[in-house]
Amino acid sequence: MKKTYQIDVDCANCANLMEETANKTEGVKHCTVSFMTLKMKVEFQDGVDASEVMERVRENCRKVEPDCEIYL
Amino acid sequence: MNRKQKTLLIRIVAAAVFFVPLYLISEQLIPVRMPPAALFTLFLLPYLLAGYDVLRKALLGIRNRRVFDENFLMTVATLGAIVLGEYAEGAAVMILYQVGELFQSYAVGKSRRNITALMDIRPDYANLEVDGALHRTDPDEIPVGSVIVVQPGEKVPLDGVVLEGHSSLNTSALTGESALRDIAPGDEILSGCVNMNGVLKVRTSKEFDESTASKVLDLVENAVARKAKSETFIAKFARYYTPFVCYAALALAIVPPLFLTLTGSGGAWGTWIFRACTFLVISCPCALVISIPLSFFAGIGGASHRGILVKGANYLETLADVRVIAFDKTGTMTKGSFNVTGVHYPSMDESALLEYAAHAECASSHPVSRSLQTAYGRTPDRNRVDNVREHAGEGVTANVDGVQVAVGNEKLMKRLGVPFRPCHHPGTILHMGIDGAYGGHIVVSDELKDHASEAVRQLRRAGVEKIVMLTGDTEAVAERVAAELGLTDYRAGLLPADKVACAEALLQSCKPRQKFAFVGDGINDAPVLARADIGIAMGALGSDAAIEAADVVLMDDDPLKIATAIRIARKCLRIVRENIVFSLTVKAACLLLVAVGLGNMWLAIAADVGVMVLAVLNAMRCLMVEKL
Repeated sequence: MKKTYQIDVDCANCANLMEETANKTEGVKHCTVSFMTLKMKVEFQDGVDASEVMERVRENCRKVEPDCEIYL
Repeated sequence: MNRKQKTLLIRIVAAAVFFVPLYLISEQLIPVRMPPAALFTLFLLPYLLAGYDVLRKALLGIRNRRVFDENFLMTVATLGAIVLGEYAEGAAVMILYQVGELFQSYAVGKSRRNITALMDIRPDYANLEVDGALHRTDPDEIPVGSVIVVQPGEKVPLDGVVLEGHSSLNTSALTGESALRDIAPGDEILSGCVNMNGVLKVRTSKEFDESTASKVLDLVENAVARKAKSETFIAKFARYYTPFVCYAALALAIVPPLFLTLTGSGGAWGTWIFRACTFLVISCPCALVISIPLSFFAGIGGASHRGILVKGANYLETLADVRVIAFDKTGTMTKGSFNVTGVHYPSMDESALLEYAAHAECASSHPVSRSLQTAYGRTPDRNRVDNVREHAGEGVTANVDGVQVAVGNEKLMKRLGVPFRPCHHPGTILHMGIDGAYGGHIVVSDELKDHASEAVRQLRRAGVEKIVMLTGDTEAVAERVAAELGLTDYRAGLLPADKVACAEALLQSCKPRQKFAFVGDGINDAPVLARADIGIAMGALGSDAAIEAADVVLMDDDPLKIATAIRIARKCLRIVRENIVFSLTVKAACLLLVAVGLGNMWLAIAADVGVMVLAVLNAMRCLMVEKL
């Protein structure tokens, strides 16, 4: 399952960090973050609850970049 | 400017207003005597005003065990300077750093808007006709089969078929060329085109998400998710570079003064710690990290404005290295609009022969079959045909009205044992076998596209070393077309599987770092498009199969765009390399100057912000592709 989320972040490096963090989050199979379009594309592992995983992704991203936002 | 940027701007201006008189006092340009403690307290004001959020983020970073981000670096560097008594420098660096941040945020926001404006083919509304009155409706909510009205000057919101009205459509938003297409009832129209003069009543044939405009937009927006090699390289580089500079700074702060103290020549600890702080200012990799994706995004946006859809930043990279190109003849270099130009040695009435041919070929959508149907002049009656068999690379056999009909090339005739008369006319020759006897042959020919030979010349000029034409057509036709195009290399008489084999061979022949591109019409070339390093589909307007199979999609039929695409990719890659080399050189030079004591914090922050500004401006040049 793949989903795209709108995000808000100020710097390109932070977007890279968010991508790295999301990829390490449990339940995420693959994630790409585009700073230019401010979009996060997430491919979930089979059988996970997307909204629950995304809560965790957001929480982890906030740790690396306190000012980021993911619109769920 | 958004709210965040405005707040930052106000903070910067306010901090600068406080900073300037204080700086003049501290440099004794204004004769006011002030004790150092008072000066320190006063300098804290602009410092905190400009940098409180940086300090806050640095603290949060430490709490989350994430040091080495830019906030942390700036905090350590500026606090270090202040502790060492360089109040002015500490505050100035913080203010200038924020100026850089503001510029970056503004520039990126602006280019984001610029690029999306270039690709703005998304229609805002559709005029739904309900009981004779028009309602402005969100195109997302219109079901297939609804009747909408498109007025002059409006974008066509959904794909559909024209019911009433004549007009011309401007397809420039999709193809990059402002060519007008005349539209009459019964014609299919694509969303994203602009209606020029007449009012059109349209029955929609697709939902919004499935319509051309949405698909094209999706494609371009998703393109940035496929990151180029240089993009991932820089992201990785940034991950190692910053910690490296931090450790270097730490070493710079400790090793030389320790060495000097031990050798007894006086430590000068303050000087070295200050230099280390300056190191930290230079260590931010912002310029690189921002300018590379920005360049690719601008390149993809610029290309899509010219009607060239590149499906990923990685393909832009590959495209720039293309040195070997193979292309399909029909539909790529020729118009693909075949016409029957002669019927030779017919064993029966010409129109009867055409009738047999058109019926035998009625199941095929190949342009040659369509030309037979056009020449026949009526719609073939499928009930009269059975037992249709396609013989790949040879032709078709079928029973028409119980008569065994074979339509195909010489190979088919030989295999079926039909004695045939060869033809010397250029074009596709369809020999006819009627109940095992020779029925004569039909000549079908195709024309070169207007820009075909110019396109080959431009490809050569763009540095493509080898250009090969692959075709299923006969040797005679291939030779003639190749000569007209100015090509010497062609392979004729290929079956679809042979084309893949040819592509494999060409791939093998590429030297390292050379890439092989295949250009086809995307409908029957899908396997070769997939096999090549990069597959380019032509004339893909409205063809989902082509958009699916290819890596680069040329929205109009113009073969000149192949060279244009390569030039755009080259320009984009050149800019990316310029930015990488330029930023790294300046940073390395600054690190060196500071380490030996020739630079100060002013130089460091100027280099940091300056490089970033220049790199961003340079990246925006990727958008300028009008003349390429």
